[in-house]
Amino acid sequence: MKANDRINTMKPTRQEVLDLYFLEARHKLIEIAAFLDRVQRATGATDFRLRAFHEALGEMVRAKRDRARRVLLAFSDPTTQPIPAATTKSACGAWSGRASTSRKRKP
Amino acid sequence: MRFIEPHAHMVSRVTDDYRNLVAAGCAAVTEPAFWAGFDRSSAQGFYDYFCQITEHEPKRAAKFGLAHFCWLCINPKESEDVKLAEEVIALIPQFLDRPNVLGLGEIGLNKNSRNELKVLEMHIELAARHDQLILVHTPHLEDKLKGTRLTLDALQNNRRIKPERVIIDHVEEHTVAMVLDAGFWAGMTLYPGTKCTSSRAIDMIERYGPERLWMNSACDWGDSVPLAIPYTALEMRQRGHSPQQIDRVIYQNPCAFLSQCRKFKLPES
Repeated sequence: MKANDRINTMKPTRQEVLDLYFLEARHKLIEIAAFLDRVQRATGATDFRLRAFHEALGEMVRAKRDRARRVLLAFSDPTTQPIPAATTKSACGAWSGRASTSRKRKP
Repeated sequence: MRFIEPHAHMVSRVTDDYRNLVAAGCAAVTEPAFWAGFDRSSAQGFYDYFCQITEHEPKRAAKFGLAHFCWLCINPKESEDVKLAEEVIALIPQFLDRPNVLGLGEIGLNKNSRNELKVLEMHIELAARHDQLILVHTPHLEDKLKGTRLTLDALQNNRRIKPERVIIDHVEEHTVAMVLDAGFWAGMTLYPGTKCTSSRAIDMIERYGPERLWMNSACDWGDSVPLAIPYTALEMRQRGHSPQQIDRVIYQNPCAFLSQCRKFKLPES
C-alpha cells in the first residue's frame, strides 16, 4: 500500500481546524510580511536565501494542495550525487545552487 | 497517558528532565549516539561515550524507574574523517551485547558528502553482519531531500537489510511518503525551528495513517523540548483523536518497532 493510499479516518472538520489554528496562522503570516518589510528597509545585498524564500512563497500561493511539501521542495537541494567533501557541518535552510556539477532529479 | 521517547540525548539533559518525563507518563527512553557539539579528538573519546550511554545513563534513568536504551555509531557530523570512523566502528561490536543496546544509530548523512556516504555504508554493513536494528538520522533543512534519497538507496543496496527493522528519522512532508512507500518506519521529530511542529506531525498522521510512524523530541543540548510528545498528544486530543489512536502512535508503535530487539523490555512487562 502506497503512503498516499492509506485510509484516513482522523480528519477534523474545516471549522475545527479554523477554530484551532486561525489565530496562530494569522500571527505567522504577519511575521512573514514584517520580515520581508525588514529586509527591504535594510541596506546591502541579499543572497540565494531570499530568492528561495520568494520562490517558496510563490509555490504556496500557486499550489492547490500539498503546500507544505512544495515549500520544503523549494528550499531543497534537488541534485542526486554526493558532494566531494563536507566543508561545514551546518545547513542554512536554502540550497545555494552551487552544486552545479550534480544532475537534477524531478521531485 | 503513557508514551515512549524513542530519541532523546539524555546525556545532555538535567535530572529534572528525567523527573518530568516520568511524571508525564514516559515508560522508556532510547538514546542514539550523537555529536557532542564539538569533534572528539580520537576514538578513545567515543569509547568513553559508549561507556557513558551503556553504563552510567541507565543508572540515572533507573533512579526514576525509567528504562533507558541506546544506539551506537559515529554520528554523521563526524563522518567526514573516514580513518577516525573506521576506528570508532571497530569499537562498536564489543558493546553490542550490553543489555541496553538496541542497535546502530543515529547513523546517516549530514551534508551528503562522499565520505559520509562511505561511513553510512560501513554502518549498514555492520548492522547487517550483526543483525541489528537501525535508527537513521536524515540531514537538516535544504539537505534533507537529497540525503533521504541517498540513504534509501544505500539501505536498499544491502540485500540483508530488512526495511521493517529500520526507522528513518526526522521525516517531513517532502520525505515521509518515500520512506513509508519503501517499507521503512518513519520518525517525526518535534524540534523547534529546524524540524517538525506538533501540528505538522499530526497532519502527517491524519494524512498517512498511524502505521509505521512514531514521534520523538530528539531533545539534546540545543533548543529542544523533552516533553514534546505529551504536548503533541494533547494537541491530538484537541483535534479529536481518540485515546486509543493517540496511544497507538506514542506508545504501541515504538513498542512494536523496538521489540524487534529482544533486549527491549519495559519494567512492567
